[in-house]
Amino acid sequence: MAFEVTMPQMGADMTEGTLVRWFKQVGEHVNRGEILAEIETDKANVELEAFEAGTVLKHVVAEGEVVPVGEIIALLGEAAEQVGDVERKPPAEAPGRRKVEPDGPAAASPAGVATAGSAAATPAAPGPNGVAANGRVRISPVAKRIASQAGLDITSLKGSGPDGRILRRDVEAAIAAPKPAAVPPTPPGAIAEVPRQAPPPARPEAAPAAPVTSPAQGLSKIRQAIARRMTLSKQTQPHYYLTLDIDMTAAMKFREQLNSSASEAQRVSVNDLVVKACAIALERHPKFNAEFGDNGLVMHDRINIDIGIALDEGLIAPAILDCGTKSLGRIATESKDLVERAKTGHLRADEYSEGTFTITNLGAYGVETLIGIINPPQAAILGVGSVMDQPVVRDGQVVPAKVMKVALSADHRVTDGAEGARFIKEIQGLLENPVSLAL
Amino acid sequence: MAEMRMRDALREAMREEMLRDPDIFLMGEDIGAYGGSYAVTKGLLEEFGEERVRDTPIAESGIVGAGIGAAMGGMHPMVEMMTINFSFLALDQIVNSAAKLHHMSNGQISVPLVIRMASGGGSQLAATHSHSLEGLYAHFPGLKVVCPSNPADAKGLLKRAFRDQNTVIFIEHTANYSVKGEVPDDPDFLVEFGQANILREGSDVTIVGYSGSVHQAMRAATMLQEQEDLSAEVIDLRTLRPLDMETVINSVKKTNRCVIVEDDWKFGGFAGELSAQVMEQAFDYLDAPVARVSCKDVPLPYNRNLEFAALPSEEDVVEAVLAML
Repeated sequence: MAFEVTMPQMGADMTEGTLVRWFKQVGEHVNRGEILAEIETDKANVELEAFEAGTVLKHVVAEGEVVPVGEIIALLGEAAEQVGDVERKPPAEAPGRRKVEPDGPAAASPAGVATAGSAAATPAAPGPNGVAANGRVRISPVAKRIASQAGLDITSLKGSGPDGRILRRDVEAAIAAPKPAAVPPTPPGAIAEVPRQAPPPARPEAAPAAPVTSPAQGLSKIRQAIARRMTLSKQTQPHYYLTLDIDMTAAMKFREQLNSSASEAQRVSVNDLVVKACAIALERHPKFNAEFGDNGLVMHDRINIDIGIALDEGLIAPAILDCGTKSLGRIATESKDLVERAKTGHLRADEYSEGTFTITNLGAYGVETLIGIINPPQAAILGVGSVMDQPVVRDGQVVPAKVMKVALSADHRVTDGAEGARFIKEIQGLLENPVSLAL
Repeated sequence: MAEMRMRDALREAMREEMLRDPDIFLMGEDIGAYGGSYAVTKGLLEEFGEERVRDTPIAESGIVGAGIGAAMGGMHPMVEMMTINFSFLALDQIVNSAAKLHHMSNGQISVPLVIRMASGGGSQLAATHSHSLEGLYAHFPGLKVVCPSNPADAKGLLKRAFRDQNTVIFIEHTANYSVKGEVPDDPDFLVEFGQANILREGSDVTIVGYSGSVHQAMRAATMLQEQEDLSAEVIDLRTLRPLDMETVINSVKKTNRCVIVEDDWKFGGFAGELSAQVMEQAFDYLDAPVARVSCKDVPLPYNRNLEFAALPSEEDVVEAVLAML
């Protein structure tokens, strides 16, 4: 009996993915755990493993196609098995929603049409602005009546109801909204962040009344994700900032000693020292390893530290998982591996979805101070600058020292400045007495 | 006012009406010596005697037929079908005689007959003994169909039924017999037919129920308030014939959304009628298609888990509401 392989959800805010490449062709056998395909998400390229062994009977989706999460992309089964046409599933629906039958014959997938990779077989999905595939505007009777009384053009409205239906709240929001000015292009999916929390409220919400113009051209998925997440952070997380100088003289000597006998793979970077120091500090200050939830603080058991990596396409911040239990040497090895895989687009799903704290470091560029934007829904980010030769006063004497400026950006809903000060002082203390990092 | 169960309120109604009107008498299986299968007529034989509280053979067609004859002859009888399921055996008498005689005699004959029936599923009585036929009887012009959800309505509506010159099908959901509530003791307390009751006011959605499903509607409204911060208006129809559409339509015009809950099957059921009338009379006020929450389309299973899975629940109502937002 054939079974379905569907577009997996990798990361909570993933709604669709691009099928980049099939590793197994039709007729080939695949073992459980073997790589079946490569999927591109907003954030990275991910390898899709087969959950069951079998022969690839059909590629329902062709390479390069963008597919909603949950849709069938392939069929596996016995080698001799015959498979019929696959009815492509409509996109997964928001939780709490009952499936509503799409109307019109266009909804049914006629037998024989839904051949592999045929985009025409996709069920008539509602377009933007409540317009169904057959050109009819989906609008409730009461919404239509109110729009007509207000002289609104219903084709300019965006529907927030089931299947994109324009509801009374959408019309009322449009009436209440100021006349649309020139609206900057909005990346598709940029407003997808909010609705997955809970079923949308019945009361009118601040829906964007202005017509959304055509999807931005030339924005990569990673660019769209950065735009969405950074906006979310700055709009929902009230930041406070603390900066501090850390005397890295001892840490640099310590690192030199460690690296003098280490192989290339084991060499410790300044950032690895910072990661280790943060891991210890986070253990002692768990509110910086938390997130602000609807029902209070969510404290994370694991310490997964994201490190910002600049790629040509944009910034990505995968996590070194479980830093709290890993040695400095292990962190050093893993961070190199992580950077390597980030550059080739081969990160695992948990590495970019499970981070609990972020370090962003532009020291290599000679930047003195870097003040980061919190990576939502985390509670804080540490910006790390360059290690610079600077005069410092030690025991009343001006002496040369290696100084690194760090900046903590923290969510004021979670912690206050004094707690931030204790946390950043902890990091300072650890780095200025680096032997503790080796324990 | 006194707090009592619905079965006691019904007994009070019959007792008071029998004291008021000597033409009223009762007939049915086990209603006398045994006191009624659901103990509704308990004690009435002792109080009123065998002339007015008559145990009958197991012969539903005969019971209703005798009731019709007595009603035509000037009495005001009440006959009891032990359960609504057995009324199928009396269907010809009810539909072809009781409902038609007034019209076919050009008004010369009236059939002032009250037919009480215990109805509904949820008691593990299996497929043949778990019907909800309110909608079936409401289908026939010439019958009045009454289906209370609480003790006060039960008393006021049953007393009102004894003052009607038409045949009244009085349907009592078995799950409601033990529902408690305050009941007025005024012997002239009546609840008029064709007046739906707004049990709970709300602004986001109108939930309509009758008989047993009123309770699912009320629990769903509480869940919607507590879990989703949604304000649901709950309407108890109380009578299906005559039907108070005005209350329903006014509510839908306010909330723009309507969910109908019933124990009956969806296909060809009363919720379909109600839904069509809402569409006809309030189309331009609807923000979503009218939703029906009904029994699954199967003969009701005996197995307890399957039976509850088949019957509409408050969770089903909540889900239907959320699906239209």
